[in-house]
Amino acid sequence: MLKLERRATPSSIMSVASPLLAAVGMLITGFVLFKVLGKDPVEAFYLFFVKPVSTTYGIGELLLKTTPLLLCGLGLALGFRANVWNIGAEGQLTMGAIAGGGVALWFGDSESAFALPLMLLAGVLGGMAWAAIPAFLRTRFNTNEILVTLMLVYISQLVLSWLVHGPWRDPQGLNYPQSQGFGDAETMSILISGTRVTWGIVYALGLALVAWIFSQKTFAGFRMQVAGLAPAAAAYAGFSEKRNIWIALMICGATAGLAGVCEVAGPIGRLQQQISPGYGFAAIIVAWIGRLHPIGVVFGALLMSLLYLGGEAAQMGMGLPSAITGLFQGLLLFYLLAADLFITFRLKRVAPVEVNTLKPPVRAETAA
Amino acid sequence: MDQSGFADLKPRLVLTGITKRYPSVVANDDVSLSIRPGEIHAVLGENGAGKSTLMKMIYGVTKPDAGTIMWNGQYETIAAPAQARRMGIGMVFQHFSLFETLTVWENIALALDEPVPTAKLASQITEVSEKYGLPIDPYRLVHSMSVGERQRVEIVRCLLQEPKLLIMDEPTSVLTPQAVLILFKTLRRLAAEGCSILYISHKLDEIRALCDTATVLRGGRVSGTAIPRNETNESLARMMIGGELAECRLAPREAKEERLKVERLSLTSPDPFGTSLKDVSLTVRSGEILGIAGVSGNGQKELMTALSGERLSPASMIKLLGQPAGNLNPAQRRAVGLTFVPEERLGRGAVPPMSLAQNALLTGARKGMVQRGIIHPSVMKTFSKNVIERFKVKCGGDQSVASSLSGGNLQKFIVGRETMLQPRMMIVAQPTWGVDVGAAQLIRQALIDLRDQGVAILVISEELDELFAISDRLAVIADGRLSPSVKPAETSIEQIGTWMSGKFGDRADDRAASANAHLETANAQA
Ligand SMILES: Nc1ncnc2c1ncn2[C@@H]1O[C@H](COP(=O)(O)OP(=O)(O)OP(=O)(O)O)[C@@H](O)[C@H]1O
Ligand SMILES: [Mg+2]
Repeated sequence: MLKLERRATPSSIMSVASPLLAAVGMLITGFVLFKVLGKDPVEAFYLFFVKPVSTTYGIGELLLKTTPLLLCGLGLALGFRANVWNIGAEGQLTMGAIAGGGVALWFGDSESAFALPLMLLAGVLGGMAWAAIPAFLRTRFNTNEILVTLMLVYISQLVLSWLVHGPWRDPQGLNYPQSQGFGDAETMSILISGTRVTWGIVYALGLALVAWIFSQKTFAGFRMQVAGLAPAAAAYAGFSEKRNIWIALMICGATAGLAGVCEVAGPIGRLQQQISPGYGFAAIIVAWIGRLHPIGVVFGALLMSLLYLGGEAAQMGMGLPSAITGLFQGLLLFYLLAADLFITFRLKRVAPVEVNTLKPPVRAETAA
Repeated sequence: MDQSGFADLKPRLVLTGITKRYPSVVANDDVSLSIRPGEIHAVLGENGAGKSTLMKMIYGVTKPDAGTIMWNGQYETIAAPAQARRMGIGMVFQHFSLFETLTVWENIALALDEPVPTAKLASQITEVSEKYGLPIDPYRLVHSMSVGERQRVEIVRCLLQEPKLLIMDEPTSVLTPQAVLILFKTLRRLAAEGCSILYISHKLDEIRALCDTATVLRGGRVSGTAIPRNETNESLARMMIGGELAECRLAPREAKEERLKVERLSLTSPDPFGTSLKDVSLTVRSGEILGIAGVSGNGQKELMTALSGERLSPASMIKLLGQPAGNLNPAQRRAVGLTFVPEERLGRGAVPPMSLAQNALLTGARKGMVQRGIIHPSVMKTFSKNVIERFKVKCGGDQSVASSLSGGNLQKFIVGRETMLQPRMMIVAQPTWGVDVGAAQLIRQALIDLRDQGVAILVISEELDELFAISDRLAVIADGRLSPSVKPAETSIEQIGTWMSGKFGDRADDRAASANAHLETANAQA
């Protein structure tokens, strides 16, 4: 019989090994899955994990998809460390795209050099404004931020849908639910020629560094960490819970909003009904795989991006359904959570027979 | 000749040559010990001497690096607490491990190795707790319980498993004198039933009253064994510290201006099991120590949270250095010059997985550790090193994590941190909770030194001896009401004892009556 038992101290080896174990678990299950589907697993793996990044263009795509995942993941990780459970980065991303896209449409065909900076700023502010709603409700009415942030995702998507079906629809667009395409002044420049990757990835990596400095070197970062590790100690030291919640949500709103505007001002180039294949949700997994550490999140985002690319390649190359991406994401999270259990617990073999031989008869002993 | 009276019994547990090394310290070095059925065996030693570590190895929480454990004549490797429990070993830890949001029975159910139906478990809890004189309500939520009450839960949890060996790591550091007597009855009864007891305490009187035999540890090594009843406190202390104890002295002093004034503070506890504060008034002046005695669970917790600012009250009810402070949050009160030592050290007074340097930053940000929002690690380091040095905190240095410190050493660190923040008003709950005799003296002296520098100090403690030794004035809290204060010289332990049961009515009633009269005249005028 096997039994779970709490470790005396959390295992530091396991906390590093667990994301790796999770990746291995995902691969093994994927292997079995391909086999059962009658596909050659080796070929499938090649198609899934190697082929997408075997060209410069492919690497560009990897970095392109890493950008929103990394931006959202950074913001989420900071909040999660402080026990602020924002799971609506997708909504903040959408709002950022709407705000940034609105500015772009307002500039129209103008060649103004202010267009792009103002779009980015609007994107950041849009995400923050959207995140301000759960922050206000939580600090004022103690509303659960998990529910509020999640519900706001759907609201933001409906707002976007209404805009591109109605007021912002491109008159020349053959009735497609999309806005006019953005002009050159409203589009981010390409970082590596021959690819679609924009300067967004540079911003994202820069912000990873900033997030690392924030969590290591600033008192605000320290306060948030204490709030996550020992809420009673935070209260004792007089760290305001409300301030932590605001900071956590504002940071994530800002990074997710930036991610949104980077998408519409980058690869998409306009507002349309769907602007993200769930980056904001996948970023939750990214944050956990990255151990809520800014540098870890960079690697988590790269891995998740690869899963997106691999999923697309598998759809095209082997005719697998599009659910394959979500499936691999799910597997990864599933194995990660399972492996994380062993940071604080270990598996013990219990042999029930042993027990009786250990216990001597009580009476005989006291009488002796 | 064996004077302990167990010569004819075979040992239940024999430890031989146990050694345990941590990166920064050898916690146990070649320790041997043996205990027989029905024997109450004390393990004593300074903070960090390695007592808890030794117990954790017997209970299977950690593994020895060398040495053997023999249980009922057979060599055993105790790999896990579950195995220890199956063998018949129970342990009450120094730091409790209860889930605050769960009830008593839920907590106990979680710790059981076999599932037991709720109703049956609840009735078992009631039965065992009553049999051993430790009443608890199985359906009560743990977060509403005082530390003393939580300990009962832990003890009852062990007793449910009918242990053959019970390990108690500093059980009485949180108990009132009456509760200690009850606990001793419980333990003697267990011993009479043949249960062996390993008993760790820093209270030498208790050890001499309760224990049959004793092993003394110093710096991880056995420095001697003794029959406690044949020893004096001084001789035991000498074995522990290898030297003489310093005395602390309270020279009379003129108290100056009011630093803390609480006026008719009434606060209903949000918790149905909490104690509401009723019309509490007190003043603490610069250069004096006000001691508040009382049985745990009589409103101390509520008074502490009201004074610290974790719970707010009408502004005028609490005045800090002359300014209304009832509506200030903890950070704002700290800015005025208040520092604070809470009763729970791990998880409130310190963040367990953070280093001591980071734990210095927890409350010391104002001391130059943070400038323009940026942390200055060098200032943090110097400050925590000073605390470690001045309060003789045994640890691997300022980078050791708080949870790796022995209980008493963490307490020294927290008290040290709060005194070295140069407060103008300091509030301390249980200052010497779990601290060894030498260190307790050090902490008391540090509080007296602060008082001599003109700091106002409020000490809430359950140890009457301590309060008599360091207080300029003493008051008692009972059922949320505070007695008038008296000079220790003008009262006696007996009188304080009566007050502790709530019988200080006269003067308090007078006050209530005059307050009513006051209200009536006010109404009449209106
Ligand atoms: N997990 C750990 N990692 C590193 N050092 C540790 C760890 N646990 C204990 N120590 C160190 O081992 C020594 C002995 O600690 P222990 O807790 O056994 O002391 P103690 O005698 O119980 O003291 P106290 O009376 O203060 O409770 C201390 O110096 C402590 O810092
Ligand atoms: Mg200890």
